[in-house]
Amino acid sequence: MIEFRGVSKLFPDGTLAVDDFSLVIPSRKTTVFVGSSGSGKTTLLRMINRMVDTTSGTIEIDGQPTTALEAVALRRSIGYVMQNSGLLPHLRVVDNVATVPVLNGVPKKEAREAALVLLDTVGLDRSLAERYPSQLSGGQQQRVGVARGLAANPNILLMDEPFGAVDPIVRSELQVELIRLQRDLDKTIVFVTHDIDEAFLLGDQVVILEKGGVIAQVGSPTEILTAPANEFVATFIGAERGKRALSIQKTATGDILVDSEGRAAGVLVQQSEGVVR
Amino acid sequence: MNWIVNNGDLIGQLVVAHLATAIPPIILSFFLSIPIGWFANRFQVSRGILLTVFALLYAIPSLPLFIVLPLIIGTGLRDPINVVIALTIYGIALMARSTADGLASVDPDVRQAATAVGYSARSSFWRVELPLAGPVLLAGIRVVAVSTISLTTVGAVLGIDSLGALFTDGYQRNIPSEILTGIVVTIALALAVDFLIVRIGRLLMPWSRIVGAGGGRSARRQRTAATA
Repeated sequence: MIEFRGVSKLFPDGTLAVDDFSLVIPSRKTTVFVGSSGSGKTTLLRMINRMVDTTSGTIEIDGQPTTALEAVALRRSIGYVMQNSGLLPHLRVVDNVATVPVLNGVPKKEAREAALVLLDTVGLDRSLAERYPSQLSGGQQQRVGVARGLAANPNILLMDEPFGAVDPIVRSELQVELIRLQRDLDKTIVFVTHDIDEAFLLGDQVVILEKGGVIAQVGSPTEILTAPANEFVATFIGAERGKRALSIQKTATGDILVDSEGRAAGVLVQQSEGVVR
Repeated sequence: MNWIVNNGDLIGQLVVAHLATAIPPIILSFFLSIPIGWFANRFQVSRGILLTVFALLYAIPSLPLFIVLPLIIGTGLRDPINVVIALTIYGIALMARSTADGLASVDPDVRQAATAVGYSARSSFWRVELPLAGPVLLAGIRVVAVSTISLTTVGAVLGIDSLGALFTDGYQRNIPSEILTGIVVTIALALAVDFLIVRIGRLLMPWSRIVGAGGGRSARRQRTAATA
């Protein structure tokens, strides 16, 4: 569990990125911070592993303030995946994945072997292990980035718009892959995006942020969609328009769902069991 | 031509003496420029001042420096150490800027990524920033090497053995082919050392040619669109 308590961040240039932010992030769930640029979502993420220091307030991980550990040790205990993969261009793929264990003193050979297994985990062929990051496609690089984030077997995985720079087809592949991974690994994932669809797809808990880190609404995708807290949220998620506002239309061949423009969006099927989260 | 054939041994000895004087300053200026380059980038004001001061060292005339240095450090006038120190000063004058530029050229995103995954400031410098500055450092040290090998000849005026002795001797005894040999062998030596440095660079930085050939973020982005 990660807990923000009255956290503020004032940057030296006078920008108040986050003001008095409090939130509980449950363990083993995916929490998504979603908002436009300037909403402070990346700042919030980076305060968890102290890439950015808080101006006031505390952040606790499992009851321990993050300041109890040295910043470098804290960062090594938390996985981090960023946009543009953030891979080190002078290290081969396998060494990029093995980075953190090697920093922690694991023998290089052992760390490289474990890294190969992680390549399997994220769905990459082992033949890519000896390549350099620049020889990989953007999607492959992101997978390597995820593998590196998992290498030290952290409980927490921070993901800063990890799929923001890849094309839509690869992005949806990676999203599906992440859902599969999370089912197997059960990490506490904190994910930052500006894409509300991505937030609803991946998040168990979605946090919609207004400017300056103000929480507009926290809840499951279902809660947010069925009961937007205010006008801002409704507009942000597009509740009243497009493909979110579907209606049933009767046709000669059966019922069909149409969006607000009247375009066919899908059909209603009867689900045997299961509750939407 | 006859002169070369009859003096092969002498030329060989002078090449060895020349390298013995020139190589230590090349290596020293590479390593001594690292802290200077680091410090130059560390603070905003230090960069301009530091780099200007070190660049000005190159403006010191070499012959007077060779003569003044022994007085300052207490060595004999004909001690090769004087030349080594003087050439190191010139080497640093050229190399400090390359090192500072090389370190500054490291993609801030990569530096931030290193911090994010848990490199300490120190390990990030030695294991990420310095290696990534490598291609710029290589370009810098090539200039230093060629410049140092050429400047080493000046020591001959003080009687310190180097290929420059072929100029002074040839001039005094009026043997044009000896002077010409000195020039040609010095240039050949500079080219050989340059070639060697490039080779070492490729060996140490197998990634740099790949990144250089198809890397760059824009190229990567384009490929992203094409493949998964």
